Amino acid sequence: MRLDERRLTEVDDATRAGVDPPFDHPEYVATRLRAPKQPLVILPGTETELTGPAYGESAVEATDADLTRQHDGEPVGQRIVVEGRVLGSDGKPLRGQLVEIWQANAGGRYRHAVDTHDAPLDPSFSGAGRCLTDDDGRYRFVTIRPGIYPWGNHPNAWRPAHIHFSLFGRAFTERLVTQMYFPDDPLFPFDPIFNSVRDEAARERLVSRFDIELTEPDRALGFRWDIVLGGREATPLEGAHDD
Amino acid sequence: MTDALVATPSQTVGPYVSIGLLRELVPTALAAADDPAAIRVYGRLFDGAGEPVPDGMIEIWQADRDGRYGTEAFSGFGRSGTEDAGRFEFVTVKPGRVPWPDGGLQAPHLAVGIFARGLLKRVVTRLYFPDEIEANGEDPVLTALSPAQRGSLVAVPEGDGLRFDIHLQGPSQTTFFAV
Repeated sequence: MRLDERRLTEVDDATRAGVDPPFDHPEYVATRLRAPKQPLVILPGTETELTGPAYGESAVEATDADLTRQHDGEPVGQRIVVEGRVLGSDGKPLRGQLVEIWQANAGGRYRHAVDTHDAPLDPSFSGAGRCLTDDDGRYRFVTIRPGIYPWGNHPNAWRPAHIHFSLFGRAFTERLVTQMYFPDDPLFPFDPIFNSVRDEAARERLVSRFDIELTEPDRALGFRWDIVLGGREATPLEGAHDD
Repeated sequence: MTDALVATPSQTVGPYVSIGLLRELVPTALAAADDPAAIRVYGRLFDGAGEPVPDGMIEIWQADRDGRYGTEAFSGFGRSGTEDAGRFEFVTVKPGRVPWPDGGLQAPHLAVGIFARGLLKRVVTRLYFPDEIEANGEDPVLTALSPAQRGSLVAVPEGDGLRFDIHLQGPSQTTFFAV
């Protein structure tokens, strides 16, 4: 039959190669009714997948990248600088990339109606920012170290401290929303979202490192976190760390 | 020779995605409502129990009416939340046809990305248009799918717009793609 001959190849998500977590990860309870279960149809890269949106300078304002200066007062908490580069898997910097972030305040509370954690809201902190990468692929945010907060996934469940990051890459295929974590978080072994990434080298990619060079005297601690877009379907090589 | 860098893996957007990504920067309207070619595309996002997903985000990426991506006049990118009982909505124009890598043209379509709490990475699908009978009949993606798979990708004319419900899981799961 003609249609059978032209059938596109399918892949079972659970056996799909690459760094991304599987959809089906029952330890993270919310996946149970939301994870797609049928095989994925593999699309070849057409113009639709190989292009993507682009943003210019008009998309951001200077205060968008400094979450401590979006209100009249200063937010409560430990001031931090988060800086890094957005790179292709070949190590080349991706310039002009829109980077969007959001996070909880220092007490571990999001400014969102659904967040019912009884830690206080901070009137001086909204918890959202964005910027564009420069010619070296560099982004930089000034913010407050987000608090750890409890959630209802299992008894005594707490999320490691994290900042949500959103990136576009050079194409629809490279679109990425992820979370940046802080080094040596004691909650890593208990977090089903962090541990949904099966490969250790890929999981380590999610963890920023403290950087004394980025740290501003008398002002803010510095954390460095590079983001690598593209090549997410490739299986990481053993020991293929770049630093 | 250097090895490729390990890519950064995906993590869920969680329940508070609207704080970061559903602010004013990215619109739900890609076309002016009084544009004669404007169409309303809407639907609901459902989980495997048939319950609406109220904490998701839908993104669309599409060509302009002449089949060109990323032009100055037409961004081609939109975002909608699903806070209102899983409902999302866009006002846009039907894109033109774009090439298939081995030759020929694809039927007009929107690339659709779905994010939500409980999704550890983006879910990708496509929306096709019900009035494009000829183009759909020769589209290299649609013709390579089973009738049931195909049916979940074609929007349904309803009222003044096109309805495109998305089922993440279950017997009526929408067809999803690996890209």
